[in-house]
Amino acid sequence: MAIDEKRSRYIELMGGKTYFMLGDQACAYGAIFAGCDFFAGYPITPASEVAELIARELPKAGGYCVQMEDELASMAAIVGASWTGGRTMTATSGPGFSLMQENIGYAVMTETPCVIVNVQRSGPSTGQATKPAQGDVMQARWGTHGDHNIIALAPNSAQECFDLMFACFDLADVYRTPVIFLMDGEIGHIRERLTMPALSLISHASRKLAAPGEDVFGGEELVPGIVHYGEGYNVHVTGSTHLDNGMRDVTSQHVHDKLVRRIYRKIDDNREDIIKVEPDIDTNGKARVGVISYGATSRPALGAVKQARAQGKNIDFLRLITIWPFARKQVEEFGKDLDIILVPEMNLGQLSREIERFVDCLVVSVPKIGGVPHTVDEIHYAVMEVV
Amino acid sequence: MSHPRHRLMGYVREEIMPHRFCVGCGCGTVLNAFVNAVEGIGLDPTKMVCVSGIGCSAWIPSPYFKADTLHTTHGRPIAFASGVKVMRPDLKVVVIAGDGDIAGIGGNHLIHAARRNIDLSVFMVNNMIYGMTGGQAAPTTPVGVKTTTTPHRNVEPPFRVADLVAAAGASYVARWTTYHVFPLMESMQNAMLKRGFSFIEIVSQCPENYGRRIGLRTGTDFLHRFKEQAIRIDKTRGMSEEELENRIIIGKLCDRDRPEYVTELHKITQEQTDIIEKETAG
Repeated sequence: MAIDEKRSRYIELMGGKTYFMLGDQACAYGAIFAGCDFFAGYPITPASEVAELIARELPKAGGYCVQMEDELASMAAIVGASWTGGRTMTATSGPGFSLMQENIGYAVMTETPCVIVNVQRSGPSTGQATKPAQGDVMQARWGTHGDHNIIALAPNSAQECFDLMFACFDLADVYRTPVIFLMDGEIGHIRERLTMPALSLISHASRKLAAPGEDVFGGEELVPGIVHYGEGYNVHVTGSTHLDNGMRDVTSQHVHDKLVRRIYRKIDDNREDIIKVEPDIDTNGKARVGVISYGATSRPALGAVKQARAQGKNIDFLRLITIWPFARKQVEEFGKDLDIILVPEMNLGQLSREIERFVDCLVVSVPKIGGVPHTVDEIHYAVMEVV
Repeated sequence: MSHPRHRLMGYVREEIMPHRFCVGCGCGTVLNAFVNAVEGIGLDPTKMVCVSGIGCSAWIPSPYFKADTLHTTHGRPIAFASGVKVMRPDLKVVVIAGDGDIAGIGGNHLIHAARRNIDLSVFMVNNMIYGMTGGQAAPTTPVGVKTTTTPHRNVEPPFRVADLVAAAGASYVARWTTYHVFPLMESMQNAMLKRGFSFIEIVSQCPENYGRRIGLRTGTDFLHRFKEQAIRIDKTRGMSEEELENRIIIGKLCDRDRPEYVTELHKITQEQTDIIEKETAG
């Protein structure tokens, strides 16, 4: 997709430089560099800095930022705006993410590209509003009702908050699906170095457009081409079960089966294109113990692994960047020769259950809640316990 | 027997006609008035987006009106429509939905859209009941009425939705009934031509799930009732609350010019991109 003049000017001005900023701010800049045209949001800790920075900077790049009356409206607005052809995004945290779930399902069912940033905080309910957590891993997967697949990515640095926004918007457009950027309060509020790429290094994927007369909600391909409002297609967009042409049919079993299976499969069948993990380059192939982690927790986890290695222990490490769809093949491969996998998470063991499903070895959750991230020592202690 | 093709058939999705509204339902009347209004002011349906939510009235634009449509989740059409309008101010964005959608579950979006004065036209079909789900009490159901969820009687006073929207800051607000089809059509035209948030409360009938419980068995029973109950707003001056009880105040509640949200928002983007252009040129 060509980058328009206004955005090019903005990127030219801001890109090719190194900054020092919050993960939330990095995410906002990443969104602008990745072509976000429209942002709708509602203030919430610890995600407000995303909206604040977008509100200041997005108009400079030719986009529009609106503050809606709540998170339901924010999610609704980004879906409506997406059907005009724009790249759209919202940002929130746990309570707001809960409120968005119904309209996330609407985006799934109508195959509307959009990006939802969730800077996870400690729940349930209001919980520890200012404290980080990784408690929404399963909500990201199953928060909205009905059978569906979802794409969710988890960054572990300010740089990645920026960089992965490109992947979020590209995946949303290519697969016509909502994409969840599963940050956490720790990464959202970490302040660190960030390099923004120069204009010449930036490219955006394009949405596939339906040819005239082609169905917008089905057909030969797993991902049908899209059309946009105002172009004379009379496109009929509905969250009800619909035929390939978009018209409602809520009573035929085969229509629902075909639609929902296709929407499910378009992500399932493209796992290898979607999934990103950070491979362990320091493994010596002798380990019987492994650590799998993601997001903020992956940093003390890697620290603990390095410490154990320095003490002569053989430990393997895997960081998941794509949380959903689950990296089952990569995890299966990782666990092949291991006796035990430790999974530190800032929750009471959410992704560890998913890992259990795909490995034969023992999976041990190393949970920590209460708004304080794991320390290197805590994870190191757990590692040394099992070595 | 074949019928002559309606002169406005081109404005509806002919392939799915006849429509599925119940006998005597007011939704057909609203569709008719809307299509006439669109044709009357020469709007190009390919430059319109019609947004609706969940409920019988949501079917008026989707699937029946032939334009780009967005049939959204329950209560949220105004929020979805706001996203469309910010990105494409050149398109005429119209929300047609019921009282449950707009004033019940979606009431918050309604007052905030009116406050922003975003250039949307919202036509709320108020049948005073949750009709699609079988006749449960709505925030518009009159006191004393027995419904499936108020089997003894309704004790909640209804919203006067048009008054609420006028108070919240909309540019144009009117109330009509399905009996007053010509003024309704004209009002729809004025609403769609008005820059800013325009809102029409269309008091309508649901003989199937409301009328049968209040002794109005047919659509025409309702229309007679609406005719009796209606009082033009200019005739209500000096009348007390008691005198106006059980009356439907019809006509234009407000018609004023206020700054429009999307216009103001776009000005900011224009200003900011101009600054960047100067900076990068220098």
